[in-house]
Amino acid sequence: MQQIINFLIRYKNTLLFLLLLTIALFFTIQSHQYHKSKFINSTNFISGGIYTKLNAIDKYFYLEKENNLLLKENKLLREQVASFKYMQDTMINDSVNKNYPYHYITAKVIRNQYNKIDNFILINKGDKHKVNSDLGVITSKGIVGIIEKSSTNYARIISILNTNLSISAQLKKTEHFGSLLWDGKSPNTLQLQDIPRMAPVKVGDTIVTSGKSFIFPKGIPIGVISDYKLDQNDNYGTINVHLFNDMTSLSYVYVIKNNNKEELSNFLQEDE
Amino acid sequence: MNNLWIENISRYVILVLLQVTLLDNIWFLGYINPYLYVLFILLLPLNLNQWKVLFISFLAGLSIDMFHDSGGVHAAACLVIAYFRPYLLRWVFGVSFEHQTLKYSQTPFRQRMVYATIMVVIHHFILFLLEYFDLSFILLILKKTLFSSIFTILLIIIGSMLFKRNTST
Repeated sequence: MQQIINFLIRYKNTLLFLLLLTIALFFTIQSHQYHKSKFINSTNFISGGIYTKLNAIDKYFYLEKENNLLLKENKLLREQVASFKYMQDTMINDSVNKNYPYHYITAKVIRNQYNKIDNFILINKGDKHKVNSDLGVITSKGIVGIIEKSSTNYARIISILNTNLSISAQLKKTEHFGSLLWDGKSPNTLQLQDIPRMAPVKVGDTIVTSGKSFIFPKGIPIGVISDYKLDQNDNYGTINVHLFNDMTSLSYVYVIKNNNKEELSNFLQEDE
Repeated sequence: MNNLWIENISRYVILVLLQVTLLDNIWFLGYINPYLYVLFILLLPLNLNQWKVLFISFLAGLSIDMFHDSGGVHAAACLVIAYFRPYLLRWVFGVSFEHQTLKYSQTPFRQRMVYATIMVVIHHFILFLLEYFDLSFILLILKKTLFSSIFTILLIIIGSMLFKRNTST
């Protein structure tokens, strides 16, 4: 007994080191697994508050750029309204389109990451604004990521620049779909995998979301094919996709809420 | 004693705020970023109990993790350098460390730099290793360790020149 106590006293620093190291590694391993609840994250009031304050100063430097972006988006939306009006005038009133299930919540990015291997983005909307986990996030140009965790005032997005995330995507022209992943290298390029080999792939083709996961509606733009490699051995190839979105400068984003999501997932469960 | 606590706590607050507000946005050439907050661990009082050093370093790393959403990588890296700190101090500064009469400001510049360089390199290596968590990225990890360490050490040198204390009196 005496010896055990002596041992503990003698190596107390090493034991404390090993204990704390185990805790730190536990947090680390947990952070490498997608969708585990975490104890240490930036949605709390200290870091969230500091990032909000910082962003309040920082945003003035990007006002002009942001204005230009909004102008462009306004133009696009006006064009769409015009064509929609035209369609309404010319077509029979279609009851299918009445209940469009998606609606959008605007949010502001207060902290953006893109240089690590698993990146997260913090936005200033949370449970209070009905922003919960598993909602898709986009900008006017393309997709950004999926909300992973939310607190009262903030939510954390798992960015598409995160090796743990995969999103269902398809060729705009032909409906061949695969999964979109990131290899951790360039913040402008994502990899589209599992596209069948018979799919007619060309450099410059547009990639859009496939709408198969109900998180993103179908047809949200993602990027264009920059180059591709077809594997001789198996039937699938890997395609590099150049993003429309500049992930290194995000400011306002839209959170997409799907009102029919519960209904749809209940259907799928019944199926299985 | 009281003065020492205030000095260290204010150094911690200033370094963490500097890290998350300013230094985390540098990303020179897209991947080189300094982690100056380790200076806090380097400058902890020399006669502080080792278990206190371990605990304080762990909490300091964890607070950076909270801002970076990185799990526990900073906590682990800080813990490792805190563990090796007494061995390194003894090796670099020799006998004067044993007698606990040493003050940083009285040590030669060259010895101080050796101490800072080794600590920073170990910290950055563990940090990037755990961040990528994949040995197939080892070249990128080494590259990031090398360049980010150089950046951090440069900032430490500049900082120590700016805040040089006139203790010669």
